[in-house]
Order: sequence, then C-alpha cells, then structure tokens
Amino acid sequence: MTAELIRGQNHPLPGARVEIRVSAGQPVIAGATLNDSEGRMRDAGWIAHPAAPHLPGLEVSRQAAAGHRLAVDLEALPVDVHRVNVLLALPTGPGGAGRFGAVAAPYLAVTGLDGTEIATYTATGLDAESAVVALELYRRQGAWKVRAVGQGYAGGLAAMLDDQGLPSARELAATINEAVAAGMARTVAPPPAAGDREGSPERGAARAARGGPASGTGPSPSAGPSPEPGAHTPSGTPSEAGAPSPAGGPVDYRHPKRPAAAPAPGTGSPPGTGSPAGAPPGAGAADRPPEPVAGDAPGWSLEERLYNQVWGMFEDLARAVAAYRSAVDFAESRMEREVDRVLDDPRARVGPAADAARDAARAKQAQLVEQAQSALDRDLAQLVAEAGVVEPALPPALARWDNPVWQAYQVPQDTPLALRLGDLWLPERAELRIPMLVRLPLSRGLWVDSGRAADTAEAGLLDAAELRRLGAQTATAIAARLYAVHPPGQFSVRVIDPAGSAAGALAPLVETGALAEPPAAGAAGVARTLEQLTRRVDLVQMAVRSGNADALPPDLDPAEQLLVVHDFPHGFDDRAVTQLRYLADEGPGVGVHLLMAADREEARAYGPVLDPLWRSLLRLTPVPSDHLADPWVGHAWTYEPPLAPGGSEVVPQVLRQAVAGRRENGR
Amino acid sequence: MSVNLSKGQAISLQKSDGGTLTAVRMGLGWQAAPRRGLFGKRSKEIDLDASAVLFADKQPVDVVFFQHLVSDDGSIKHTGDNLVGGAGQGGDDEAIMVDLQRIPVHIDQIVFTVNSFSGQTFSEVENAFCRLVDETNGQELARYTLTGGGDYTGQIMAKVHRQGSGWQMTAIGNPAHGRTFQDMIPEILAHL
Repeated sequence: MTAELIRGQNHPLPGARVEIRVSAGQPVIAGATLNDSEGRMRDAGWIAHPAAPHLPGLEVSRQAAAGHRLAVDLEALPVDVHRVNVLLALPTGPGGAGRFGAVAAPYLAVTGLDGTEIATYTATGLDAESAVVALELYRRQGAWKVRAVGQGYAGGLAAMLDDQGLPSARELAATINEAVAAGMARTVAPPPAAGDREGSPERGAARAARGGPASGTGPSPSAGPSPEPGAHTPSGTPSEAGAPSPAGGPVDYRHPKRPAAAPAPGTGSPPGTGSPAGAPPGAGAADRPPEPVAGDAPGWSLEERLYNQVWGMFEDLARAVAAYRSAVDFAESRMEREVDRVLDDPRARVGPAADAARDAARAKQAQLVEQAQSALDRDLAQLVAEAGVVEPALPPALARWDNPVWQAYQVPQDTPLALRLGDLWLPERAELRIPMLVRLPLSRGLWVDSGRAADTAEAGLLDAAELRRLGAQTATAIAARLYAVHPPGQFSVRVIDPAGSAAGALAPLVETGALAEPPAAGAAGVARTLEQLTRRVDLVQMAVRSGNADALPPDLDPAEQLLVVHDFPHGFDDRAVTQLRYLADEGPGVGVHLLMAADREEARAYGPVLDPLWRSLLRLTPVPSDHLADPWVGHAWTYEPPLAPGGSEVVPQVLRQAVAGRRENGR
Repeated sequence: MSVNLSKGQAISLQKSDGGTLTAVRMGLGWQAAPRRGLFGKRSKEIDLDASAVLFADKQPVDVVFFQHLVSDDGSIKHTGDNLVGGAGQGGDDEAIMVDLQRIPVHIDQIVFTVNSFSGQTFSEVENAFCRLVDETNGQELARYTLTGGGDYTGQIMAKVHRQGSGWQMTAIGNPAHGRTFQDMIPEILAHL
C-alpha cells in the first residue's frame, strides 16, 4: 500500500535498500546530503551532487533530468549518518524555469527494490523557490523512516546548502551548476529563451562570491536547521533576477475555488482566474480583497447560501466593530494612564516637559485610533461592497420592501427558510444595514413595543398616539410579509382589535381580503378568537402526542395561524390573558404564532404575572432603537422596523396578488 | 523545517522565504499514559487545554480558551475543548487558529499556553506535543514535546508578537503551574 505523504508526514521504510524516483515537468538537479544525529553535516564530503555523484550507499545522476532514480542503501551509509536529505534544484542558465512555481510540481516516490511504491510525495506549494529539500530519510530508534519535507529556498541551491551548514555553499552551488550546464550542453539543446537572461552559471557564481563571503559557521548547531531568512534573501542565483516566462506559461497550483487565492466562485466569472492567457495571477490579486459575490456561503440552495451569507456579514460586522472599539478604548485608557503619570509627579506636573509628555500621550492615542479606524474602514468597505451585491439578490422573504423583487412578486410555492424582520445597524456605519433574519416557522412570538419604553430620542419626540399608530403599522407590515411569503393555504392571519383603534393600520390587510375573517372586536370577539386558537393548539398537540394526525376534525384549518393582537389588554379578561399566555408558550410548536402590538405599561395592572409573556416574545420597536444584541459580542444594535417607504403601494399590491393566488387555489 | 524545541529555548521564526506570517495554528495533541498495576489497561483520562491570551501593552485584553472559543474580534478561533486527548497518535486534539491580519491594531502580543485541567502533570501524559504551524502552507514552525515533561501542569508555549509591519514568533517553552490560563497570568507577564 502506498502512503501519499503530505508535508511533514512520515512513513516507515520496510528495508534498507530503497529507490527514490523523481519526476518533474522540467529537468531538475537531484542531490542528497547526509546529516549526523545532531542534524549537522559532519564531513564536507557528505553530499552527493552532479559534480560528485557517488557516496557510499548512495548515487545521484550527473545531470539535470526530468526523471531521476536514486538508489539508496541505508546500511551502506557511514554509521554516523542519521539523516539523508533528498534535494531538488532547478538548473540555472538559459531555458531554465528559474522557480518551481513555474513548472509542474515535482513528484517523488520511494520504492522498494521490486518497484513497489512505499510512499509518494508531490512537492506542491512552491513558488519563487528554485531549490527544495523534498524528502528526508532518517533513523529513528534503529529503523529508517521517510518524511516529506518540501522546504523550498528562494535563494536556490546556494541558500539550501548554506542552510545545511555547508561551509562553502556558494562555491559548491556554482560547481554543481557548472557540472549540470556541462551535462546539459552535451545532451539537450537549450530551448529558445524567451528573453536573453544574463544568468549564466559562471556570472551567477561570481556575483554570489562577491555578494558576501560565505560564512564558515552557518546556523549554530543548537538551532539545528532553523531557517535563517537573512541567508536566503540576498541570493545571487538568477532565479530572482527577473520574472521567468517559460514557454507554456506558469502553472497555477492554487485551488481554483478557494476564495483566499482566487475570487470566490459564483455567478460572475471574475477576470484572470485560471486562464493562463490572462494576467498572471497572484501578484496583484493577492493584495486585493476578492470581489464579493452574492451567495458566497455554504448551503443547499441559493436561499440558504444567502441566509448564511447574511449571518456571516452580521458576525463579521460585529467582530470588526468589536476590534475597533477595543482598540479605541485601549488607546483612551493608555492615554489617561500616561497623563495621570505626569500629574502624579508634583515636580513635573507643570512645565514644558509635562506638556511634551501629555502631547506625546495624545499623539500615541491619536495614532492608534487612526490605525484602528483604517482597519475598520477596510473591513467595512468590504462589507458594504458585499451588502451591495447581496441585497439585490435576496428573495422577497429576505428583502426590504423597496427591493424590486417585491414589485415582481409572485405567489410562492414553498415556505421560505427565513424572514426579514427589519434591519440592524451599528453607529460606526449606520448606512451598512444587516438584514435581521429569523428562521421560519417562528420559534417564538413577536412583540412590537409601542410604549414609551422604546427609550430612544426618536421615540421621545413622538407622542403616545403616534407611537401606537407606528406600532400598528409595523405589526401590519410584518403580518403582510409573513402572509405573502407563505404558499397558498399554509398561512392565515387573524387579528384581535378589541377597540378598533388599529383600523387605519389594518386597512391593507382588511381591504385586500388577506384576513380570513374581519378583526375580532370587543370582549366577545377576543374570547371567541382565543377560544378557537386554544382549541386548535390542544387538538394538534393531542394528535401529535398520539401520533394520529388523522384524528383531527375536518373543520380544522391546517394552515399556520398568526394571531395579531392590538390594544392589549383592552377586552381581555383573566381567562383571555391566561389563554394568550398559553398560546405564546405552546403555540409556536404547533403552528400558532403570536404578534402583539402593545404597550407594556398599559397592562401593568396585571403586575408581574405578565412578565414571562413579555420575556418570551421577541421585542421589536416601531421606531429605530438599539435594544438588540448580537450573539457573539453583545453589541447594542439599532433595530429598524420593516416599513415600506412612505407613499409606497407595494404592501397592498403584494397582498392583493397573494390573495388572488389563494383564490386560484380554491382557498 | 520544523524546529524541535528544548526547554526554555527561544527562537525567532519567520517564513523561510523571508515573508511574514499571516496565519498560524497552535496544535496540541496528547494521550493519557496507561496506568501500571493490576488494572494496567485502564488509563486515566487527562484533559489538556490550549489557550491564547491577547495582550495590548502588557494588559490582557481578550482570551481564547475552551469557554470563549472565538476572540471578540474574530481573529482567533479555538476548535473546541477536547477532554480526553487523542485515541491515536499524531493529530492535533485541540487547535487555535490565528488570523494575524485580522488581529486588532492594539494587540501586540499573543501568548499560547497549555494547561492540565484535570491536574495530572505532564509526566503522566503520553505522546503530548505542542506545535505551531504556518496555517497558509501547513508547514510546522516549531514543536515542543511535553511527554515526560516533569512535574508541572502548565506550559507557556510561545508568543507571537508584532515585529515591524509583520509578526514574529518566539518560542518560550516555560513550565508553569495552573489549572487554567488565569493561574498562569503572573508567569505569562514575565515573558512579555
């Protein structure tokens, strides 16, 4: 059985004699170095390379080739050897690709003597590197194992050999390149070079020698093979001399659908992905955030993807603002601390030094706030752009009333996944509205709080009657929305309006015929409606418990019921209040939902008895109010109700169509 | 190439190509040591916890651990509490993912710790390791073996701190005592 190794993974070797096969898209140099138990190359001769291909127990090819076979006899190696590193490098010189990112990823297979593969490894993820430690064979408790390493070096062979602790790495790299160039001259005619690159091995080596005296020590032994970045960057190998343009174009190993590397998948086809003829991917695209695409989230359907995307935006906004607020708070507190420190010292309290210290503290604070602001602006710009593509793509149930999708409303065939109950925003960027979505069927009742408790400045300016009117309008907008997004026969709306005070707001529902029966008026109407719904809850619960859905009486409406309650508690007696609480508790499980438009203060005569009712309902407000918290950080989000724009006829129009659709279905 | 750390060793790390780190993962894996004696097969369950503490100018600002799995700003995520360790070897049993590019601007250091929540010392766990991985390419940056690690219950693993415009990691590997990261805050502060 073949083990396909990933970077860092190891695998035991069954025997001491193995062969390592290397296949690459282009000719590569293969080599091997030996290390002792401390990871050092004890002897300068512990390296096999094209110029010196033989070691006891190990032999490599004299020339660069697209395929190599390295025969290794681990028992024949010097007894001190604890590790064999298998190295690959791209030959320098004309026609060379110069970097592994431009060629097919090298593939290595460790095989037994009979050719059966023991372990394989594809050295992916390389880019500017022109040399790589691909595999290591190492001794562990008397047995040999192989590990996929895949450590690349942008500085090429010289940097890699230097990292191995070789004293004269650059000279050796030059020797190897020379030997390979000689081998190449013998065997293959160099393909026509795309541009005349001044990277002949001799000149590269000379430049390398001038570039810096090769240090004799290398990394300290205790640090082991720790990569020392400084050693790699100032490399003289031609791999960094210029952008290589080999025939056939660069091979792009990035996952075509992974958003980190390429613009997200979706409906649009972003420019430059996957097409070798287009702009070379990577350079500029990596810095730019990917173009937002609607539906860029997991889910089985577009609706579910959009729903998840909206929640993702909600969380991202909450967290981006949390980072900003935390940074600003910290900046403030640090400034205060520093200013206090100045004041603590009576001698330094006044005078130019104190002023300077205060100014410095303020400057530090301003600088940090500015940094936080720019990070926030970056994040918010991304979210605003995402909202810009997501909002127009939303289906009616998730869209605002002013979305054109409502103008093109058609009676739905399926119950939607979720419903938009309004918008949420934070003061940092009020124009960035996050749809407030709840799953359908509703798991708890809704309460439009038309009381003074909506303690925002806006609510404070309005008188009680105006608030109540707005509350009733909000309740109608939500009820209309619920009615319109459900398929025919699956949702009906009932209204209790004991004193008739909400008649104006209810007009769209009444006039279009969306209500099954006119709003229940007076105490008798309240009692009758509650009685019917309570009976329905009881019957359905019984049927569910006994597992006998057929036992329901034929006159029972199978549709989900929404009870809109206005003017609470007018017209309610104790029995009605008890029934209402029963509906709020038990209803959601059996398809009876509650939407109250009420002022809690008006029901205070009931005392704490009603507290559980209010707590069980999701509180909404008819005017923007910052009373909702997100589940991650707990910011106070400003909620804005889902009202149609002033003068818009969209709600009655949609309701008429929804009613017509139900009539067609004979309901 | 991965660096095997010994106790107290401090190494500054960067990506080998000289680039800065953008995302790292701290992985923690362990097995309970089988108990000797009559019921030798029975092994005690050991609960190790990985935590990350975010510091702004030596003040702890936020912490990611098994009761707060995502930092408020969303840049650091914990994969969740594992109470018993791994059944097999090798894989990370708990991991903390750090998106260095999204860390709030005032956070300048992140300290990773490991604690034995169930109180056993590291001498009682088997195959326990802590490692830091460059999340962008899966490359292991540093590994610290806790097995047989002696008579202590916590370890301050490493810190990732701002360096110029990027980040650097310094391995600390300092043994400590404590049930959760809170018990180790004084010891952590000494390493900032």
